[in-house]
Amino acid sequence: MAKNEELFNAIMKGKRKDVAALVQAEIDAGANVGSILMESMIPAMREIGARFSRNEVYVPEMLIAARAMQAGLDLVDPLLSKSGHEPLGKVAIGTVKGDLHDIGKNLVAMMVKGAGYEVIDLGVDCDVAKYEEAVNNGVQVIMLSALLTTTMPYMKEVVSHLKAKGSKVKILIGGAPVTQEYADEIGADGYSSDANQAVASVEKALAK
Amino acid sequence: MIKTIAIGSLNNFVYGRCPKPVKTKRGLEIGTGIVFPEVNFTLPAMNINAQTWPQVIAHYTEMIDDVIHRSVELEVPQLQIEFETLPDMTLNPAWGLEINRLLADKLIAAQAKHGIKTALRFTPNDIREFSRPPIMRSGIHWEHMLEVFNKAGEAGADFLSIESTGGKELNDEALINADLPGVVFALGVLGCRDMAFLWKHMVAACKKNGVIPAGDSACGFGNTAMVLADKKMIPKVFAAVVRVATVPRTLIAVEQGAVGPCKDCAYEGVYIKAITGTPIALEGKSAACAHLSPIGNIAAAVCDCWSNESVQNVQLLSGKAPMVSAEQLAYDCRLMNVAARRSPEDALRLRDWLVESDAPLDPQAYVLHPEVVLRISKKIVQGETAYDRTRIAVQAALEELRKGADDKSYRLDPREESWLDMMEMAIEDDIPETEEAMIAQMAPHVDKSKCSLAEYGIEA
Repeated sequence: MAKNEELFNAIMKGKRKDVAALVQAEIDAGANVGSILMESMIPAMREIGARFSRNEVYVPEMLIAARAMQAGLDLVDPLLSKSGHEPLGKVAIGTVKGDLHDIGKNLVAMMVKGAGYEVIDLGVDCDVAKYEEAVNNGVQVIMLSALLTTTMPYMKEVVSHLKAKGSKVKILIGGAPVTQEYADEIGADGYSSDANQAVASVEKALAK
Repeated sequence: MIKTIAIGSLNNFVYGRCPKPVKTKRGLEIGTGIVFPEVNFTLPAMNINAQTWPQVIAHYTEMIDDVIHRSVELEVPQLQIEFETLPDMTLNPAWGLEINRLLADKLIAAQAKHGIKTALRFTPNDIREFSRPPIMRSGIHWEHMLEVFNKAGEAGADFLSIESTGGKELNDEALINADLPGVVFALGVLGCRDMAFLWKHMVAACKKNGVIPAGDSACGFGNTAMVLADKKMIPKVFAAVVRVATVPRTLIAVEQGAVGPCKDCAYEGVYIKAITGTPIALEGKSAACAHLSPIGNIAAAVCDCWSNESVQNVQLLSGKAPMVSAEQLAYDCRLMNVAARRSPEDALRLRDWLVESDAPLDPQAYVLHPEVVLRISKKIVQGETAYDRTRIAVQAALEELRKGADDKSYRLDPREESWLDMMEMAIEDDIPETEEAMIAQMAPHVDKSKCSLAEYGIEA
C-alpha cells in the first residue's frame, strides 16, 4: 500500500494538477522527499505498469499517468538533488545503428524512468561510439532496441565492443525480432519482451 | 480531385477485377479477372556491408530461383515479385539497383523459358527520416531516393512503389497517446502534403524511364496502429479509425498519376480501389510469416494481387521460407480464380465468405467490409481538400463503428466503448474544419527537434 494513497490514486488517474498540489502539500509539511517518491509515486507507476501487463489499461492511460508523475517529479527532483538522494540507477537507451524505430524504445524509457531510474535517451540509429560515450558518462545499464532482423546483428557488435573494452556496464536488449536465445548467444546481460518487463530486467541486472 | 467513386455497386467490388486494369510491357495484366501471387522476400538476420555483399547476392539469387521454380511447378499463370529494399540498399543506391537488376533478369528469363508472365515491383525505402528531424525535400537522402527512382527502369523494374513516411515523426507519438487530432494533423496535413510532393517526383521519374508508377502504403501509420492494437497497447477501435484516416493520404498517389497496383501492406487499398478503380495488392493470412493481423481473410475479398508481405530466407521443414510462401499464395489464388471461373456469383459468394469470417470479430476488419468501404468512400470524395477528406474519413469511420457496435455487426470489447465516446468528442471539439485552423491549433505544440513544419511547406 502506498504511504499517500491520495497521491498514488491521483497519479494512477493521470490528474496532473492534483498530483502537483499533493506533492507540494507534502513538501510544505516537511515530508522527506525521497520518501514521497519511493513510497507513493513510484509504487503508482509500478501499479499502472502491472495493470498494463494484465491488459487492464492501454498505453495512452499509462502515458497520462506518467505525465502526472512528471508533474510531481518537477517539484521533487530539485529537492532530491539538494538532499543528495540518488536515483536507483543510471540507464541509457537507444535504437541500434540503421534502425529508426522508436515507439518501443520510448515506452521502455518511460517505464524505467517511472520506476525511479535516471534514463538517458540516446535516440535512434545509435552506433557503438554513442553507447560507449554513455558508458563513459557513468551509466550502469545500456538498453539496445532493434526492430529489423538486419539491424539486430548490430547488437552483437555493441556487446562485443563494450565487453572487449572490459566495461562492467550491464547490457539489455529487446525488440520484435529479439529473443532470450539471441541475448544469450551474443553475451547480453538480459532481455525483455515488453516495456514493463524491461523494468524488472533493469532491477535484475543491477542486483547482480 | 476525384469527386465520384469508380466502383458504385457492391456486385462490381470483387477480387481480381477492377475498372482500370494495368498491363505491363511483358503482358502481365492486373485486374482483368484473375488474382495472382505477389511474392516478397528478404534476408535472414545478417549484417549488410561490403564484406557480406556476396552473401547478400547469394541469398537473393536463391530466393528468386526458388520462388520461380515453385511457381512454375504449381502452374501459376502470372507472378509478380516485389523487391522492397532494406535501408542500406537505398542509402547505397548502387546496392539496391544491383539486386533489382538481378531479380529482373531472372524474371525475364523465366518468362522466356516457361511462358509464365512476370513483373517486378521495386520499392525503395523512404530514407528521409534518417535525418532527425526528417529533411523531406532536399539533402543527401532525398538525392539518393531520386537516383533510385530515376534508375529503376534501367534496373529492370516494371513498377515503382514506396511506403512513404511524411508525418510519421508526429504520428508515432499520436498513436501511442491515442491522440486523434494528432493523427489527423500527421496524416491529413503533413502526410498529404508530402504525398503530393513525393509522388509528383516519382511519377515524373517513371514517365521518363518507362516504369509504371504503382502506389504507396500508409504502412508506418495504419499498420503500426494495427500492431500496437494487437499487442493491446492501444484500443482496436482507435486503430480502425486510423486505418480509414490513411485513405485520403494514399489516394494522393493516384491523383498524382499512380495507376496501381497499390502496395500490399496498404489495407487502405480497398478504399483506393473503390474510389479510383485502380488495382490493388493486399496481404492477409499468408502474410502471417511477416506480421499477425485480425484481417487475414477479409483482406483477400477485393484484392487483385495476393501477397505475403515479406518472408526471410530461412530453412523450414519443406524448404526455404520464400518458396513455401510462394506455394501458400499460389493455392490461395487458385481457389479464388476457380470460384471466379465458375461464375460471377461464385466469386461474390467466396468474397462474402472471406468478409464474413473476419468482419464481425474486430473493428479493424469491420472497416474493411466492402459495404462499409463503399459507404465511407462516397463520403470521403465529397471533401474539397486532402485535409477535409481526412476529417471526413475519421468522422465517417466513427459513424460506421458506432452504428455497427449498436446493431452488433461487429464485436466491440466493453473496455473499448469509452474510447469510441472519446473519439466522438475529439472530432466534435478538437478537429477543426479547415487545414488552416488545424495548423494554427497544432503548430505551436510541435517539437521542433522532431519535426520541421517547413519541410512540409508550412511557414513557422
